[in-house]
Amino acid sequence: MLSQIEGSKAVADAVAQCRPEVICAYPISPQTHIVEGLSKLVKTGDLTPCEYINVESEFAAMSVAIGSSAAGARTYTATASQGLLYMVEAVYNASGLGLPIVMTVANRAIGSPINIWNDHSDTMSQRDSGWIQLYAETNQEAADLHIQAFKLAEELSLPVMVCMDGFILTHAYERIDQPTQEQVDAYLPPFTPRQTLDPDNPVSIGAMVGPEAFSEVRYLAHAKQMLALERIPELAVEFNEIFGRESGGLIHTYRADDAETMIVALGSVLGTIKDTVDEMRDEGHKIGVLGITSFRPFPQQQVREALVNAQRVLVLEKALAVGIGGIVSANVRTSLSGVQLRGYTAIAGLGGRAITRESLRSLFENAEADALEPLTFVDMDWELVQRELQRDQLIRRPGTAYEHQELNPGLVAAQLP
Amino acid sequence: MPYQPIKFYQTGSFVVGNRLLDVEARSTQSDPKRANTLTSGHRACQGCGEALGARYALDTVSRVTGGKMIASNATGCLEVFSTPFPETSWQIPWIHSLFGNAPAVATGIAAAMRVKGRDDVRVVGQGGDGGTVDIGFGCLSGMFERNDDVLYICYDNEAYMNTGVQRSGATPGGARTATTQPVGPHPGNEFGQGKNLPRIAMAHEIPYVGTATVADLRDLEYKVEKAMTFRGARYLHILVTCPLGWGSASRDSIRIARLAVETGIFPVFEAERGEVTGVTKIRRRVPVEEYLKLQRRYAHLFGKKPQPEILHNIQAAADRNITRYGLLDDTPDDLKPPGEAKDAATSGHDEAQPEDSETDAMALTSESFEGAR
Amino acid sequence: MEKPFAITLDVGTSKANHTGSWRTERPVYIDRLPPCNNACPAGENIQSWLYAAEEGGEGYEKGWRQIMADNPFPAIMGRVCYHPCETSCNRAQLDTAVGINSIERFLGDEALKQGWSIEVTAPLTGKRVLVVGAGPSGLSAAYHLRRAGHEVAIFDAEPAAGGMMRYGIPKYRLPREILDAEVQRILNMGVTLDLNRKVTNVEAEMRAGNFDAAFLAVGAHIGKRAYIPAGEAAKIMDAISVLHGMEDAEPPMLGRRVVVYGGGNTAMDVARTAKRLGATEAVVVYRRNREKMPAHDFEVTEAIEEGVRMKWLSTIKHADGGKILIEKMELDETGFPQGTGEMEELEADSVVLALGQDADLSLLEGVEGIESDGGTVAVSPNMMTGHPGIFAGGDMVPDERTVTVGIGHGKRAARNIDAWLSGVAYAGTHKHELASFDKLNTWYYSDAPQSMRPTLDVARRTSTFEEVVGGLDENNAVYEARRCLSCGNCFECDNCYGVCPDNSVIKLGPGKRFEFDYDYCKGCGICVAECPCGAISMEPETI
Ligand SMILES: Cc1cc2nc3c(=O)[nH]c(=O)nc-3n(C[C@H](O)[C@H](O)[C@H](O)COP(=O)(O)OP(=O)(O)OC[C@H]3O[C@@H](n4cnc5c(N)ncnc54)[C@H](O)[C@@H]3O)c2cc1C
Ligand SMILES: Cc1ncc(C[n+]2csc(CCOP(=O)(O)OP(=O)(O)O)c2C)c(N)n1
Ligand code: SF4
Ligand code: SF4
Ligand SMILES: [Mg+2]
Repeated sequence: MLSQIEGSKAVADAVAQCRPEVICAYPISPQTHIVEGLSKLVKTGDLTPCEYINVESEFAAMSVAIGSSAAGARTYTATASQGLLYMVEAVYNASGLGLPIVMTVANRAIGSPINIWNDHSDTMSQRDSGWIQLYAETNQEAADLHIQAFKLAEELSLPVMVCMDGFILTHAYERIDQPTQEQVDAYLPPFTPRQTLDPDNPVSIGAMVGPEAFSEVRYLAHAKQMLALERIPELAVEFNEIFGRESGGLIHTYRADDAETMIVALGSVLGTIKDTVDEMRDEGHKIGVLGITSFRPFPQQQVREALVNAQRVLVLEKALAVGIGGIVSANVRTSLSGVQLRGYTAIAGLGGRAITRESLRSLFENAEADALEPLTFVDMDWELVQRELQRDQLIRRPGTAYEHQELNPGLVAAQLP
Repeated sequence: MPYQPIKFYQTGSFVVGNRLLDVEARSTQSDPKRANTLTSGHRACQGCGEALGARYALDTVSRVTGGKMIASNATGCLEVFSTPFPETSWQIPWIHSLFGNAPAVATGIAAAMRVKGRDDVRVVGQGGDGGTVDIGFGCLSGMFERNDDVLYICYDNEAYMNTGVQRSGATPGGARTATTQPVGPHPGNEFGQGKNLPRIAMAHEIPYVGTATVADLRDLEYKVEKAMTFRGARYLHILVTCPLGWGSASRDSIRIARLAVETGIFPVFEAERGEVTGVTKIRRRVPVEEYLKLQRRYAHLFGKKPQPEILHNIQAAADRNITRYGLLDDTPDDLKPPGEAKDAATSGHDEAQPEDSETDAMALTSESFEGAR
Repeated sequence: MEKPFAITLDVGTSKANHTGSWRTERPVYIDRLPPCNNACPAGENIQSWLYAAEEGGEGYEKGWRQIMADNPFPAIMGRVCYHPCETSCNRAQLDTAVGINSIERFLGDEALKQGWSIEVTAPLTGKRVLVVGAGPSGLSAAYHLRRAGHEVAIFDAEPAAGGMMRYGIPKYRLPREILDAEVQRILNMGVTLDLNRKVTNVEAEMRAGNFDAAFLAVGAHIGKRAYIPAGEAAKIMDAISVLHGMEDAEPPMLGRRVVVYGGGNTAMDVARTAKRLGATEAVVVYRRNREKMPAHDFEVTEAIEEGVRMKWLSTIKHADGGKILIEKMELDETGFPQGTGEMEELEADSVVLALGQDADLSLLEGVEGIESDGGTVAVSPNMMTGHPGIFAGGDMVPDERTVTVGIGHGKRAARNIDAWLSGVAYAGTHKHELASFDKLNTWYYSDAPQSMRPTLDVARRTSTFEEVVGGLDENNAVYEARRCLSCGNCFECDNCYGVCPDNSVIKLGPGKRFEFDYDYCKGCGICVAECPCGAISMEPETI
């Protein structure tokens, strides 16, 4: 059924069709509309049986989710940004315990400075949390990925984060093909937990593990994600069989045949990238796109195959690893081990800055001309930045610590450890 | 007195069992078929009060629920000594997630049980004082405030023991810990700090709050049973001796807990929806020194340079408890707390009614409310 | 369930971890000797029979049989024993001693009511033992010897058995039907009793009757006399004769004003008897003060209640018809009474001397090896006189003179005679360490003061020979038994089972007590500290 609805509503409806039994969430923009929608569905009785728990923090949200999932209930939560960081300890714990929780992250920048707008800093910070991370390109995909996420999570007994760009997707009204309940039920079987807290079959979950077995435990977690590399494409195929559309999978290439320049990105920005590439392709540029849906597990093999024939790769990132630069680029580069390619990283869209077709066009052309620095910042106000850097130079007192000591020995002595 | 002792059976109800009592009037711990929810082979120190308190409490829950229970456990000694891979000492479904989230995990389990229609399965959250009054406090307060159907038990050994005896918000004034050294003008832990979690719990007006110690098993079991007659959030604060952290002889673990009560240092009472409904009277009152002297964490109060002011402070705190809760039989009535729980307003927790007022626990304590008046 | 490796574990697996290896000391269950048992002259296992009685119902018979293992006279004990057990009872340091004696009486009376009896189960030995004297000591020896399978004959000079229990202790303290019944129970076991048969030469009797051994318990019946200058009209009598006369058809004539000279229990009994015989005045004259009186305090109190007057610090200087002259005394620094020269006259129809007794040892004259100081016969710790095969006990040997001591002698003698007859030495029983008060953790005992036995009101006491002190009813008896602290002996309170943080105590089931599971016991010692009765000790690990 096609409907023109807000992305958050599409996600809320899809999640509800997955029949979660426990939903626990703490409000934070831009996730709010999703959980508000679900809360309402529970209250109206449209989503039943389901417990909606208004928790006191994201830490509690993830903790409640851990409890309910371990007790065998299909569990869902959603958050963003500060909220994701506030729950981090529990995020790691959920994956460590192998609990198939599904969480939407409405991607948003991380403060300070506090900023409610979109980028990928929040979920990128959790790339090593042991969760599967799927990035949605469109609202349709966002909705669809949730349905696949529950199936994937429960099959592997691992938590899955569905990452969708805050505001850009969550608050955008688009035409969505909403699945029917029958379709979802046909796709997603009822939850049979791998391990559960059951008085009739008691176990102790969450043991303390020392050096004698910790490495093995971590390796097994890794191996499980490697299994997901096989299941994710299969699940997309199965999804297509029931719902009649392509959604999910590990990666998607676009106009990549004989491309000399490949643009790599995650999430909604792929739309603008594709528009730009269309334009350039029409003009004869040999340029193509690689969209990564599954950032964790990272599909090394598929990424390599998609890029190995290009001459250069430009990774467009919505997060900045301060002190080094790109995060996705580093991951992409590991999959191209031994392949000589020119690689560029472009940081764009931080804190919600619009990524325009114009900017992309010039960026891509510069890339084609190999006129890019390895690390490029798109649409940066360099004048402002230079001014600030200079001001900083002035404020900072020149000289080494040794010289300071001569100027003001007492002060420095006090600071020495 | 919350628990009406059975008189004249040689030891009355003070001991764990008594072959002369009716079977239903015996303690859970005396039962040869008790659950041993926490079984042998755990790695707690010799004489650990926390190991004892946990088995006391959870065996009782297990008995009243017929084994239909699930526990969520905060990080801390109890968790570490019970579940080092590859062995666990638990015999119940049990989960450890983090240091600060045991109450929330319990909420999640309770939600799962409710959604599955498993009202028969009851949920317990538990942790040390650090996990409860400090790092887990937010989750605990949230669980209280939502009146989630969880019994939360704090095993209070008055410091962060698992990490090597550092101060917690439950460390008493004057006590030495690794982070409250009695050096210079410092008395050990400062006075005038710390949290009284039972009272904070009462302020949430949850259905039931109780305090207990490992020294009075019958009272402890009674409180667990009583707590289990309610639905909604319930809180039990159990004082447990820690020979390692308190610097006491392992054999004295129960004796010290008993003295904590008999000095007035640890008031034993219960409250319903924010009102005190019963207190355990002091049976043989003793000065605080008798309690303190058995513990090296207070050694600096005695030694070569005795510290009468600190002793005075501690005695004053004990005396305050005695008047505040009416711990002595001769406390004038006007110094006692109101305690009229039966006709007190019931706040917002409507569903939190005792399920079955005819249980053994209730029958044994028909006169228990008189004590508080 | 598919359990993830290492994170999720099968319950109860820590049992594989034997924490017992941490131990440097181990708790061990022991039995300590309760002070009551230690004090009981008859060697009763009091704690044990109280434990049985606590159960009520069937426990009474169990308890009674436990008494009977050591003492055949529970009903008599419950009336006349001075219960040193209660004096040493640990509970006295808590509130008041356990009313051991009253419970014993309850059990004794219950046995008579129910007709419980003792079967001789030991095979007959074919040995014959002569017992001279059917007082408590002789009867006790006969009972134990019979239980051991020997043939026993008792000879007694009097027309009825009981010794001083009949011819000394007044009825109002020991009703004769009680005495008769408990004696009869012994005779029912096949002990023969020859009354009116005074033994004058023990060796001759043994030979004549073919006896392999003899136990002598002839008591001490010769009243000691003090020299009192007296006029012709003075009526001076001996307490033992007076009390003995009470068993005759006609009670002795004492007159309306009776003076009793002496401060012992016998003096009290005579004075109280006089009151009951109609004396308007019964005055006890004693040289020292009340504290120094050998009579038990309760007897003095009861006597005073009944109107007996006490003249302490007084000696009789002279007696004559209807009057006596008394000199006031005072105690010197050593506590010895010295005359003050101050005199007083007292009206008296008769003076009864209650100054103690000596034994009549004429039956031992000429027997080789016998050692005697004239008043008593010396015996070895195994109760044998200097003459092999002749044993003696009770009042005739130097020891405290009480019914219970006599019974204890009888038991000990019987055990030794039994051994001697089979040519071995009696090993005696191993004495455990004393369960002194400091071994207890008294916190666990309920506060419960002793229950009082009913007493007859004074009006009836001074006019009849009805029993003064009543028994406990069943409720009181059970309650009283349950006051016992079970010093030094596990009473299955389950404390150790409960307080072990390592679940290392195994409960073996009712009556079977507990066992330690040393696989897991870390040796913290809480069980030892929290055992109410001190039945666990901590012992160093050997390796
Ligand atoms: C008035 C009085 C009150 C007492 N009250 C108490 C009391 O309340 N509690 C208590 O514990 N003790 C009491 N006693 C002490 C107690 O009665 C004696 O210690 C106890 O009876 C001694 O027991 P026995 O078997 O050694 O001797 P006895 O009881 O004196 O028995 C000796 C027996 O031997 C017999 N006999 C003696 N010579 C011969 C012989 N040659 N041939 C054959 N038979 C012989 C006698 O006839 C007598 O039956 C009291 C004593 C008196 C005098
Ligand atoms: C978030 C976090 N902070 C700190 C710790 C370290 N830590 C583990 S247990 C513990 C102390 C536990 O104290 P308490 O809750 O009182 O339990 P106890 O060990 O005394 O029984 C601490 C500080 C941790 N595990 N997690
Ligand atoms: S440190 Fe204290 S609480 Fe921890 S195991 Fe040892 S005794 Fe128990
Ligand atoms: S309390 Fe019982 S065992 Fe202990 S001395 Fe008294 S009667 Fe004997
Ligand atoms: Mg602690």
